[in-house]
Amino acid sequence: MSWKSLKQLIAFCALALAQCLGQGELHFCLHADPKTFHPLLVDDDASEAIRYLTGGVLVRLNRRSQQLEPELATSWKISEQSRSITFTLRRGLKFSDGTPFGVEDVAFTMRSLMDPALHSPIGDAFRSAPGEIRIKTVGKDKITITFPAPVAELDKLFDQVAVMSAYSSLKERAVLGPFVLAEYKPGSFVALKRNVNYWKVDSSGRRLPYLDSVYLHIQQNRELELSRFRRGEIQIINGLDGEYYDRLQTQSPSEVFDAGPSFDSEEMWFNQVPTAPIPAYKLAWFRSTEFRQAISAAINRQDIVRLVFNGHASPAVGPVSPANHFWFDTNLEAHSFDTGVALRLLLRNGFHMSVGVLRDAQGHAVEFSIVTNSGNKARERMAVMIQQDLASIGIKATILTLDFPSLIERMTRSFNYEACLLGLVNMDLDPNSQMNIWLSSGENHQWNPAQKSPATPWEAEIDRLMRAQASTTEPAKRKRLFNRVQEIVREQEPFIYLVHKNALSAVARVVRGADPVALSPQTYWQIDRMSLITERATR
Amino acid sequence: MKYVRVVVITVVAAIFCAALAASTLAPANYATQFRENPNSPPSHRFLLGTDELGRDRFSRVLFGSRVSLLLAPAAAAISTLLAALVGTVMGYLGGTWEKMMMAAVDLFLSLPWLFLLITIRALLPLDLSPIMSVIVTFTLLGLLGWAASARVICAGVRALRHSGFMINARALGCHPRRLIAVQLLPNMRPILAAQFLTSIPVFILAEANLGMLGLGVSEPLPSLGGLMRELENISAIAVQPWRLAPLIVLVACVSAFQILVSGREVNS
Repeated sequence: MSWKSLKQLIAFCALALAQCLGQGELHFCLHADPKTFHPLLVDDDASEAIRYLTGGVLVRLNRRSQQLEPELATSWKISEQSRSITFTLRRGLKFSDGTPFGVEDVAFTMRSLMDPALHSPIGDAFRSAPGEIRIKTVGKDKITITFPAPVAELDKLFDQVAVMSAYSSLKERAVLGPFVLAEYKPGSFVALKRNVNYWKVDSSGRRLPYLDSVYLHIQQNRELELSRFRRGEIQIINGLDGEYYDRLQTQSPSEVFDAGPSFDSEEMWFNQVPTAPIPAYKLAWFRSTEFRQAISAAINRQDIVRLVFNGHASPAVGPVSPANHFWFDTNLEAHSFDTGVALRLLLRNGFHMSVGVLRDAQGHAVEFSIVTNSGNKARERMAVMIQQDLASIGIKATILTLDFPSLIERMTRSFNYEACLLGLVNMDLDPNSQMNIWLSSGENHQWNPAQKSPATPWEAEIDRLMRAQASTTEPAKRKRLFNRVQEIVREQEPFIYLVHKNALSAVARVVRGADPVALSPQTYWQIDRMSLITERATR
Repeated sequence: MKYVRVVVITVVAAIFCAALAASTLAPANYATQFRENPNSPPSHRFLLGTDELGRDRFSRVLFGSRVSLLLAPAAAAISTLLAALVGTVMGYLGGTWEKMMMAAVDLFLSLPWLFLLITIRALLPLDLSPIMSVIVTFTLLGLLGWAASARVICAGVRALRHSGFMINARALGCHPRRLIAVQLLPNMRPILAAQFLTSIPVFILAEANLGMLGLGVSEPLPSLGGLMRELENISAIAVQPWRLAPLIVLVACVSAFQILVSGREVNS
């Protein structure tokens, strides 16, 4: 074969491959409706997914290497002991609607983010101290943002800040990410189409993303999600249930992936909001450290791992997963399942047993409800197991499954719940991304959010430690401070951590370019390089 | 046909009796988790095996049948009563009143009742026990499920309104209330009974649908709908066909009610 023929053959193959990879519509499921499409107000998984797929960020954390990579900024420099960051922006980029991208957009985004009136959960992570930020632009492509106090891991925080246009009439709908919102039917689907102005190209100069569109079907029921995957209606599943993983593995081992312990956690907490519409005596139980510790000791986490997750999980000790090697505090004592300890703690706190029923000092039977989201079989099963565990110490727990919007409404607005069982999705390795959870003023400080001043001394201590670690750039010192936070959380148990699920996922054989990892969004973290091969090509 | 009816009645009676005697017949409490025996196959100890949490499936089917088979007829009674009230008034008044009321019924039928149920369920008090939650669920089903029956009853009343005995009674000066109570309703009994019997399987299935969505009866109380959530795991059914037990009970009950209704229609 001559060189010329070989070249022609290679060119033909490349063209054929390009055609196979070319168009495609990726389908996968969201487990709830997105609460918002505003990138700075993202507070839930579904909205987070939309932001990841549509938002353009200055820097992006590579989910595999866990290193930052340039995106809209070609370079960045941190100065003034992590108080200030200077970005050099890419030139000639456009938002999805054609509006040019520039330093004004970054400035506008940062001002919006830090605006207290917006109540941005992401903004909380940047607030290491009270005060205003200063923004200085140099020329057309350099911008310096200075914070009132040092912010730890400052550059990494920008992984979650999707830049908005200062001038577009579409406002937050004008995006810089690979996809743009095309249609949203509440309860049904979110359709994203390819952003024709997306700036990235592949090594051969082809404009990314490869996919034409992404369809996010709103599907709470995991069984149905799995059925749809099997039928080929959806191509990826994130956060696959252990049982489904085992089932799929027996049928199609090449389509399932176990990336080890995930960064996410499943936890239960009691409502400690003083104004919550629950009886005062119950609020008193929930605010008692011994009561929470007793509940925690009465829960058999090993059984939960074995029966609910088929062994694809590990008992949780605290907010940080053992997969997070740097931040996980190895000195934390694992929870031991011991109903004797639980009862001793309760008796010490004035509770007593009466004919198999636990009663408080005033004689009230200890009963409370646990709310969780309907359709999540693992959580429903966990709740049922906790119910039986608590029954063994005379506590009656009732389970209430609610659709997600109703649950969020109760958790964040009406506070009309007693205990809640939910999971926390961690997008970031750094504890700074959890500022909105740990600061007592945070909107996501779930057990008692948005406090004007810390309700308890230990919450005040957590506030101080979190602010201190966020204002320090020295990793060892930060680690020491956050270890102390983990110890306080372990001791006080505002969240009763249950398990860290393994990062299980499924990717159909037709998908190319997926590289499942433990960090969210597991399977589609490099969505712009993912493609679908045609059915003909797979045969 | 008579032989079939006898068999059907026997089957329904047997299921009802078993459900009523669940506390005695069940070898274990429906909520007890035998955690060392999850997903066990049928054995002397667990006649229909165990579920994922090690709960005895046979006991759960018995208790689940009790919940569904006792409360579905109650819901059917509520809906038939409401349907009889609205349908009779509509059919008796006729003319513009009937048209207006029929439009209201059509509007009611077009309501997304599933979302309404989900919303109402979300508003339920926290301390509601599983038993109360299931009663509320079936009561809601009964309150929301009358509209279709009301149309049928209205048509029946309309047909009877101009019948000879009604004209005679009206000519003798019978008061409308007495006319409805003494003349109309007794003649509507076959239709009302058929509507009642038809509604029972509808409500069992409606609860099953809610159960499949995770919005049915609260755990750990079982219901046929809730138990059928195990069937979502289709591949597991091939390996563990005993998971089909609640479905078989449901199909047997629904079929039995349908046969009873059709037999009654033939007789009437």
